[in-house]
Amino acid sequence: MHAYLKLDHIDKSFVRGGQTTEVLKDISLTIDQGEYVSIIGHSGCGKSTLLNLIAGLTQVTAGAVLLENREVNAPGPERAVVFQNHSLLPWLTVYENVKLAVDKVFSGKKSRTERHDWIMANLDLVQMAHARDKRPSEISGGMKQRVGIARALAMEPKILLLDEPFGALDALTRAHLQDSVMDIHARLKNTMIMITHDVDEAVLLSDRIVMMTNGPAARIGEVLAVDLPRPRKRLDLVSDSRYIAAREAVLRFLYERHRLVEAA
Amino acid sequence: MAVPVQKTDNVTSLPSPKASAKPAEIVTLPARKSEGNGKKVVDRLKGIAATTVPPLLVLGVLLLVWQISFARPGASLPAPSVIWAEAKDLILDPFFVMGPQDIGLGLRVLTSLERVAIGFGLAAVVGVLLGALVGQSIWATRGLDPIFQVLRTVPPLAWLPISLAAFRDANPSAIFVIFITAIWPIIINTAVGIRNIPQDYRNVAQVLRLNTFEFFFKIMVPSAAPYIFTGLRIGIGLSWLAIVAAEMLTGGVGIGFFIWDAWNSSKLSDIIVALLYIGVVGFALDRLVAAIGSLVTRGTSAS
Ligand SMILES: Nc1ncnc2c1ncn2[C@@H]1O[C@H](COP(=O)(O)OP(=O)(O)O)[C@@H](O)[C@H]1O
Ligand SMILES: [Mg+2]
Repeated sequence: MHAYLKLDHIDKSFVRGGQTTEVLKDISLTIDQGEYVSIIGHSGCGKSTLLNLIAGLTQVTAGAVLLENREVNAPGPERAVVFQNHSLLPWLTVYENVKLAVDKVFSGKKSRTERHDWIMANLDLVQMAHARDKRPSEISGGMKQRVGIARALAMEPKILLLDEPFGALDALTRAHLQDSVMDIHARLKNTMIMITHDVDEAVLLSDRIVMMTNGPAARIGEVLAVDLPRPRKRLDLVSDSRYIAAREAVLRFLYERHRLVEAA
Repeated sequence: MAVPVQKTDNVTSLPSPKASAKPAEIVTLPARKSEGNGKKVVDRLKGIAATTVPPLLVLGVLLLVWQISFARPGASLPAPSVIWAEAKDLILDPFFVMGPQDIGLGLRVLTSLERVAIGFGLAAVVGVLLGALVGQSIWATRGLDPIFQVLRTVPPLAWLPISLAAFRDANPSAIFVIFITAIWPIIINTAVGIRNIPQDYRNVAQVLRLNTFEFFFKIMVPSAAPYIFTGLRIGIGLSWLAIVAAEMLTGGVGIGFFIWDAWNSSKLSDIIVALLYIGVVGFALDRLVAAIGSLVTRGTSAS
């Protein structure tokens, strides 16, 4: 059986002003359809770079990204991205931000009313339909991130790429959004790749956790399968021995074996 | 919450100052409602007075000084009282028509404005397109930017002989001078605005696979709008500076030629009234573009 998404011996280096920085070295990973994979690692190790490679926003230096056996070398709506800082367009309302994506992806495939219904369905999914006519500056950080997720989901992507989607949020909002994302994943069964630097978040949400070593030339250090049944309830997990073990394994990796030497 | 160790850094952003600001507001209002209303009107009047009284006062003083300095017979410039006596009809009736060359200053200003509208309109469209090209492409920047930087320092009137030779007609020449004067700040500011489009917006556009056309209208223009309007505002000011000078040389019925004509027939009072018209209209144009700008870019700056 071939892999759904395959990262095949990827190297990535940036050249700037005649100087070459090697960021990623020999990254190989396969991800199944419907899987929820987290990438965790210290700040600056190259997580965003890896996600951008899968998104097609940057090009590999060596190796290949293969989605359903076809090489990825340009961005596209089948690999939707939820950006770290929401990236909503400030001159558009919540509704219009999602509409921009829906109109582009489904022009010719859905009628005007179908598109409207689809926009509203996705806003409903993240519980943001009530704020459809607000501009990004008028809603909270958590709400912006929700709209960003709605916009990405509305593209009906094969893979949803999330770059520290809850990084800028307070703990309560974050927990709430994590539950929403788990719920969406359970319902839509889409493939998700999420970057995080939060150990609890990684263990709670993921089927597998990819742990990266520190840069430069970061590699995949370990891959941990999180063997917890779904649906997962955060309160039940606190005392679950498998949860505690997984959490400990990730913490040990990050803080014992690959401690961040200098602050990034 | 399953968040024992890791999440201490996320709790910092809880909003606290709002909570303390609210009750203070509620306490003061209901106590003296009727008085508060009257006070509001007084406050507003005070505000209006604060912005109108000082300039009126200064204007009065200036007119007085002017009157005293130039009231003696044989003065080189007419005093305000003389201007009023000689050019009252020009001041009071901007739209009279007494003959093909004898029309009110309001009508002359309209003729000039028409030229500005065409020249500036063209400059706006071409300027934004060229600015987008220069801002977007490194090779266009390398090729065009030095040329722009040289051409933009050429004074408006220096273009006039060339443009007269090229168009062989006064009206298109004047319009061309407006165009070439207004376009540089529009190009340069648009290019800066395009260069400042956040990478995030570009990423969104790439993921959505927006084509060039969609990217231009849906991302570039709205994102760069504050910069574009800065350019447009400088451009309209320069246009108005240039039109008067250009009309002095090309003739016709514009306000610029009126000044030249009045100078030739030694009607200094008429010239001074015309200056007043030009100043007021220039001010109004500037405010108009600024107002359109703030209307259009209302949602752009915040994030
Ligand atoms: N466009 C780029 N040009 C040069 N260096 C880059 C570029 N993007 C990222 N880097 C470098 O790659 C490294 C990894 O960055 P990033 O992927 O953003 O890390 P992370 O998301 O894990 O915090 C950093 O050292 C950063 O400076
Ligand atoms: Mg990052």
